[in-house]
Amino acid sequence: MSDAFVRLSDLTLSYGKSVAVPDLNLDIREGELIALLGPSGCGKTTTMRAIAGLLAPTSGRIVIDGRDVTRLSANKRGIGLVFQSYALFPHLNAFENVAFGLRLQKLPQAQIRARTEAAIATVGLTGFEARKPAEMSGGQQQRVALARSLVMEPKVLLLDEPLSNLDARLRLEMRIELQRVQKATGVTMVFVTHDQAEALAMADRIVLMRDGKIVQLGTPADLYDRPETAFAAGFMGFENILRLEDGDLVSEHGRAAVGYHAQAPMLGWRPDAVSVGTGPLQGRVVASSFAGGHREYVLDTPLGPVNANAPVSLAQVGVGEQVAFDLPLASARPLFA
Amino acid sequence: MQFRNLGSWLILGATLTFLIGPFIIIIFAGASAGNSLAFPPEGLSLKWYLKVFTVESFRASFVLSMGLAIFGTLAALVLGVPAAYALNRYKLPGDEMIRTIVAAPIIVPGIIVGLALLRYLVVPLNFTVTVALFFAHTALILPYAVRVVSSSLNNLRSDMEEAAVLLGCSRVQAFFKVVLPNIRGGVLSAFILGFVTSFNQVPVSLFLSGPGVRTLPIDMLSYMEITYDPSVAALSALLAFMSVAIVFAAERLLGFSRYV
Repeated sequence: MSDAFVRLSDLTLSYGKSVAVPDLNLDIREGELIALLGPSGCGKTTTMRAIAGLLAPTSGRIVIDGRDVTRLSANKRGIGLVFQSYALFPHLNAFENVAFGLRLQKLPQAQIRARTEAAIATVGLTGFEARKPAEMSGGQQQRVALARSLVMEPKVLLLDEPLSNLDARLRLEMRIELQRVQKATGVTMVFVTHDQAEALAMADRIVLMRDGKIVQLGTPADLYDRPETAFAAGFMGFENILRLEDGDLVSEHGRAAVGYHAQAPMLGWRPDAVSVGTGPLQGRVVASSFAGGHREYVLDTPLGPVNANAPVSLAQVGVGEQVAFDLPLASARPLFA
Repeated sequence: MQFRNLGSWLILGATLTFLIGPFIIIIFAGASAGNSLAFPPEGLSLKWYLKVFTVESFRASFVLSMGLAIFGTLAALVLGVPAAYALNRYKLPGDEMIRTIVAAPIIVPGIIVGLALLRYLVVPLNFTVTVALFFAHTALILPYAVRVVSSSLNNLRSDMEEAAVLLGCSRVQAFFKVVLPNIRGGVLSAFILGFVTSFNQVPVSLFLSGPGVRTLPIDMLSYMEITYDPSVAALSALLAFMSVAIVFAAERLLGFSRYV
């Protein structure tokens, strides 16, 4: 791909003797909002730190905007990072936190003032310039951290779990805010998250990682609708994943003869795709909860627990009752290891 | 309930008596109108408090003690702050051993430190008394400097320095622009603690004092051997007031007790 703005080639990252990320290849386009998604320990934060220059790669190359920065120290890369803890400077007020990088460049006072004020306005914190970090809420601190990075006009803006320290309401607000800032500034943004909902909602493309390797890379729709592996499917809410052997569905609990034939060794169903009330399979309801638009059931079946969502219009099945259900082939997602 | 209250008041009273009692005794012993060191004093006067300032050797040894306390503490901080920073931020090979060595002068009895310094620094290397005292005091203050600065570094997250680096700082700039301003209280506390420790130091200084060069506490000891008058008590009281004033100011200005 020639339109790569950030290119990681054969990147290997290690801590001492343990390899966190082996041989990673990733291209990021200019102006893209990309999510590094995965469970903790999958290498997403390590990868982010390597892009920032805080971690020297064992081997491989990092090219940003056509320049090889692999051996360039972090303070010369022109990359912004919003830390999970925000990492504001406690002894400086909001204005001075944001102005910090510009002051280092010894720019004229008037320019520092103008750019700092503009950045503070971009994140909606005008009027809070004189506050110290300790006098601001978590959400406000994060905005300061964001402005502090944005004011430097970074080539790439990295965000480490940007929403994890915020409460639910602020999280939604910040999610929209981050997307707005990204569109307004056109900055290439890479954010790290373990929350698939966050990645799906915000990212242009998602890089799903596991054990330092990319499992799947694609648009949110690609990953949500067409996960390729059991791991990706599990991350995207395919709660029922079963092996397919000789036309039978198989789990560690048992097997069920359904006569399915597919190219894939595994099939996955979201709870929505399981039909409750009719079907060739039998299960006992062990849990049932009302979730607004639908009702969530956990069924105890010969294949182990099956999670199913049923429309509320359907007659409610009580806990302990037997119920017929179906894992339709038509709504199954074929999965590979 | 009443009895338990009484018990704790008794313990509190006894503790305060042991801590503050000697202080009160020297204040009054120094304010005696008589000519020998005694308690209770024979009448009250401020003449011994005034006489202290006229004793030539006290003046010289006060200057020496002040100099040692100030420059010894500064030297200990110049060594101790980077040491604390390195121990705190980096996983160093043998860092436990470095910690132990740095703390050694606190653990090893002062007499031994003094003797060792005399035997292995002053005698073979022919250090002058003042230089030897300077090294000894620096070594004695170093553990306090490292410990106090470490505890304030512990409260400081290291991602702040990384943030500073990403904004364009070198590692050294990040230290001076971001770390130091945020551990300023700890550094000042270490300075005060070091200063007071050095100023009140006896056993090590005892071994390293030489003809005509004595720290104030040593000078007071030898003064007392010859002249048993209340001026020593008066001087002790003045020094105690100085220490209390320094610590009190530090607590008021910096919240000193948070770091120690």
